[in-house]
Amino acid sequence: MRYLPKSDSERRQMLDACGVASAEDLFAHLPEAVRLRRPLELAPGISEYEIVDYFRQRAAENASEYASFLGAGVYRHYRPVLVDTVVSRGEFLTSYTPYQAEISQGTLTTIFEFQTMLCQLTGMDVANASMYDGSTAVPEAAMMAARITGKHRALAARSVHPEYREVLRTYARNQGMRVEEFGYAKDSGAIDLEDLERKIDDQTAAVIVQSPNFFGVIDDVKAAAEIAHRRGALLVVLFTEAVSLGILEPPAGADIVAGELQSFAISPSYGGPYAGIIATREKFVRQMPGRLVGQTVDTHGNRAFCLTLSTREQHIRREKATSNICTNQALIALMATVFMTVYGKAGLRELALQNTAKAHYLAGSLKPAFSGKFFNEFVVRAGNPDAVNKALLKKKIIGGLPLGRFYPELSDSMLVCATEMTRRADMDEMSQVLQSMAAAEVLA
Amino acid sequence: MIRKVRTHPSQNEALLFERSSPGKRAWQLPELDVPAVDAAEVLGAANVRAEIEGFPEVSEVEAIRHFTRLSTWNYAIDYGMYPLGSCTMKYNPRINEMVARIDGLAWAHPYQPEALAQGAMEVMARLEAALAEITGMDAVTLQPSAGAQGELTGILLIRALLEKRGNPRRKILIPDSAHGTNPATAAIAGYSVENVKSTATGVLDLEALAKSVDRDVAALMVTNPNTLGVFEENIVQAAEILHAKGAMLYMDGANMNALVGIARPGDFGVDVMHLNLHKTFSTPHGGGGPGAGPVAVKKVLEPFLPAPRLKKVRGKWAYDFNRKRSIGRVRAFYGNFGVLVRALAYILAHGGPGLRNATVDAVLNAVYIRKQLEPYFDLPYPAPNMHEVVFSDERQAKLGIRTGDLAKRLIDYGFHPYTVSFPLIVHGALMIEPTETESKLEIDQFIDAMISIAKEVETDPEMVKQAPHSTRTSRVDEVLAARKPVLRWKPA
Repeated sequence: MRYLPKSDSERRQMLDACGVASAEDLFAHLPEAVRLRRPLELAPGISEYEIVDYFRQRAAENASEYASFLGAGVYRHYRPVLVDTVVSRGEFLTSYTPYQAEISQGTLTTIFEFQTMLCQLTGMDVANASMYDGSTAVPEAAMMAARITGKHRALAARSVHPEYREVLRTYARNQGMRVEEFGYAKDSGAIDLEDLERKIDDQTAAVIVQSPNFFGVIDDVKAAAEIAHRRGALLVVLFTEAVSLGILEPPAGADIVAGELQSFAISPSYGGPYAGIIATREKFVRQMPGRLVGQTVDTHGNRAFCLTLSTREQHIRREKATSNICTNQALIALMATVFMTVYGKAGLRELALQNTAKAHYLAGSLKPAFSGKFFNEFVVRAGNPDAVNKALLKKKIIGGLPLGRFYPELSDSMLVCATEMTRRADMDEMSQVLQSMAAAEVLA
Repeated sequence: MIRKVRTHPSQNEALLFERSSPGKRAWQLPELDVPAVDAAEVLGAANVRAEIEGFPEVSEVEAIRHFTRLSTWNYAIDYGMYPLGSCTMKYNPRINEMVARIDGLAWAHPYQPEALAQGAMEVMARLEAALAEITGMDAVTLQPSAGAQGELTGILLIRALLEKRGNPRRKILIPDSAHGTNPATAAIAGYSVENVKSTATGVLDLEALAKSVDRDVAALMVTNPNTLGVFEENIVQAAEILHAKGAMLYMDGANMNALVGIARPGDFGVDVMHLNLHKTFSTPHGGGGPGAGPVAVKKVLEPFLPAPRLKKVRGKWAYDFNRKRSIGRVRAFYGNFGVLVRALAYILAHGGPGLRNATVDAVLNAVYIRKQLEPYFDLPYPAPNMHEVVFSDERQAKLGIRTGDLAKRLIDYGFHPYTVSFPLIVHGALMIEPTETESKLEIDQFIDAMISIAKEVETDPEMVKQAPHSTRTSRVDEVLAARKPVLRWKPA
C-alpha cells in the first residue's frame, strides 16, 4: 500500500524488537469473540489514476455546464485562486488544533485575523474561531441566549432558513427549550412585527431573525431588536449570504450574530463543509461556544497568540461546557480569511454591488412576489415551479428553488438568486421561459 | 544531540491590518454586463453601510507572502511525525484533495434536482455501505459535521428509541477515561452524567458497571480501544449487562484506527457509534477542522436517523424526507460532502486488505514505541496497548519536570508533542499515537529524542523547563491571554 512507509524487512525488525513472532500476535490479547475472521468485503485497493477516474465519472453524473439560479443559503461566488493556493499548503492543511502555541502561530494568527474581520463586518465586539456551519450556529446561539437570560423559549421567524429551523428544533427538544415561530408579512416578505409582538413574552430568551431573510428580503433588525429588548429577550440575527455584509448595514441591535460564510470562497460542495460563526457583545464572551484565539506575549516579550478562555469548553468543563463542539472548521475559516483579504475593503463592497445589480436586472423582468428590498435573491411567482424548472432544464438552466416544500402557501413560487457569476444571457433566457409559460397559462 | 532539525531564519510578518494602505488591492471584477444600480435606491438608504472600518487593503503579492510566511510558523504532518494521542494524525493523501475539487462535485448545489445529483448521491451511498461493512453495523448517516456532533446524534437516537419504548431514562454512564466531548454531549441531549471508575488495569469495571446500570440508565458511552489505547476486553459482557436492563451501548469511534479490519463494533455488542473521518479515514485536520462524524447504528435505531435518507427508486437515487420517527436534522443539507469524498477516496485507495494492513502497522508502531520507551518512562497501565500508548511523567516529576515540559522540549527535537495531560485517569499523561504512516526512521528518531530528553531531565532540568529553545516563538503567556482577553486587533 503506497501510503504505508515500511519495507517488510523493517516490519520484521520492529516485530523482533517487540518480541512478537508475527503481526497477528499484536492482536493476541483481543477476545476471540470480537475478532473479524474474514476479510472486509471491500474491493482491493486501486491506483491514483483509477480513483480520479471514478470521481470524474461521478461528477459527470451531476449537473455540469448548467447555469443555475439556486441560492437559498448556498451561493455561487467566484473563488480567487489564492484561496486554494493558501489552504493547500501542508502547514495549514495537515496541522491540527493549535494547542501547542509555539509551533502553531501560523494558524493562531490567521484565526485572530479572522475573528477581527468578522467583528469589523458584523459590528460585534468578539467573534469565535468558527462553528460547523450556519445551521448549527443557530441552536448554539439560542442555547447561549438561554444561559445568559435564564429563560427557555426561543422565538424564530418563519423567514429564517427552514432547514436551520429544523436543526434548532432537534437541538432544543431535550434542553427544556420551547421553540415557537412568528410569521412574515404577506406583502413585504419581511418579519411580521405585529405577530412578533403578539408571541413574545417575558419567558422568551431569544428572538431569531435572518437578514437578508430566506426570501432574500432585507429585514427590519432594528425594530426586532426594540421589541426583543423591551421584553428582556436577546436578539439573534442570522446571515446566510455573507457577501451582503459588503454593502448592507451590519445588524446593529443584535446581541448575538450567527452566520454562514459559504459565500466567502467556500465551494458549494453539495452542502458542506462550510463554516459558521458566532459573534457577540463583549459582556457575553464567557457564554460563547467554540474556540477563541487571544493575543499575548512569549517569554521574550514578542507578540504571540494562543487559544484562550477555554474554561468554557468541553475538554476542561466536560458536562458543564457551553457547547460540546471540539473540531470545528479551521481550514474553511482560513478560506474565508483569504477571500476577505483578497477583496478587502473596497473589493467586497464592489462585489456586493455587482450582486445587487445582477439580481435587480433579473427582477426587472421577473417581478418579485414581495415588495421588501432585497439583495441578491428574491421570490417570484411561477405558477407551477416544477413545470417551469423542467422547461428551463431543457435549456441547461437550473431554475429557482420551489418553495412549496417549505412553505405550502408559496407552492406557486420559487426563490431565485443571481450573483456576480450569473450571465445576462442566462437571465434573459430564464425570463423568457417564465414569461412564455405564464402566457401559456393565461391562454389555457 | 538533535539530529532531525536545525534552525533557519523565518520571516517576520505583521498582521494584515498593519500592512494595509488605502487603495491597495488584490482583486479585479469583470465589467458588469447589466446596468449598474444606485445602492441607496434599490437597497434603501438606511440599509447601506459605511465603509468597513479597518478591513484589509493589501496587494496580491503581499497577500500571498502574508499567508505563506504565517504558514511557516506552523508544524504539520507534512513536516514530520505528529504523535497527538487520540487524534490519529496520519498522512493526508493529496489525491483526496484533488478529487474533492473536481467541478461536478465541488460546484454541486445541495438543492440541484436529484436527477442532476446522482453522482454525489452515489458517492454518499457507497461510503455509507463501506462504513457499515467496516463497523459491522446496519445503517449509517453521514449528516453529522464532526465527532462531537456524531455523539449528539447517536445519543439523540438512543433517546428517541427509549422514548418510543415508554421512558427516555435520565442518565448516561461515562468512564472516567472518556473524552470531554462525551459528558458535554450527554448534557446537551438532556441527560445527567454518571462517571464509572476504571479497574486498576485501566478497563471497564464490570462489577461497578453492573451496580450502576439500573432502569434510569439510557446508555454507556465507551471509547474502544479506550483512551489508554487498551482494548476493552469485557466489552461483550458490558453490552450484555446494559442490554439486560434495556440500556444501550454507545461507542466513541475516535480510536477506530486500531480496529479496522481486525474487529467490528457491530460484532461486539455496540448499538450505535460515530466515526471521525478526519482521524481514521485520513481527511485533513486543517488546523482544527473540517471533520465529519458519520454515525453507524443497529437496525433497531435505523428508523430514527436524521432525515433525509438515501433510497433507490427505480434504479435512481432519491431522498426520503418522509421519516416520521426521525430525530430531525442535526444540520442543514446532507453533511460535509467534501470530507466524505476524501474519505471514500482513502477507502478506495486501500481496499479491504489495505485497510487491515494500515491497522496492523498503526498498532505495530505504537507497540514498538512502548517497548523502546518503557525503560525510561513510567507506564501506569501495563495492559497490552493497541494504536497508542500512554506513559506518565511520574519519574520526571520527581525532578520537577512535568509532561508539559517534556512536550515542549520535544519541539526542539523537531517533533510535534504528544497529547499532554490526557486521559485524566493518568496523572501527568504522555499520550502517544504514531499512526501507520510513520516510517521506521522517523519513529526511531522520535524514540531517540524521547530518551535523550529523559536524560536531560536528569542532567539539566532547568533547560528542559525553559523549552522550546529553537522556535521563533518561545513559551507564551496563556495566563495573560485569559486574564486580559484581546480577541481582535484594534488600531493603536
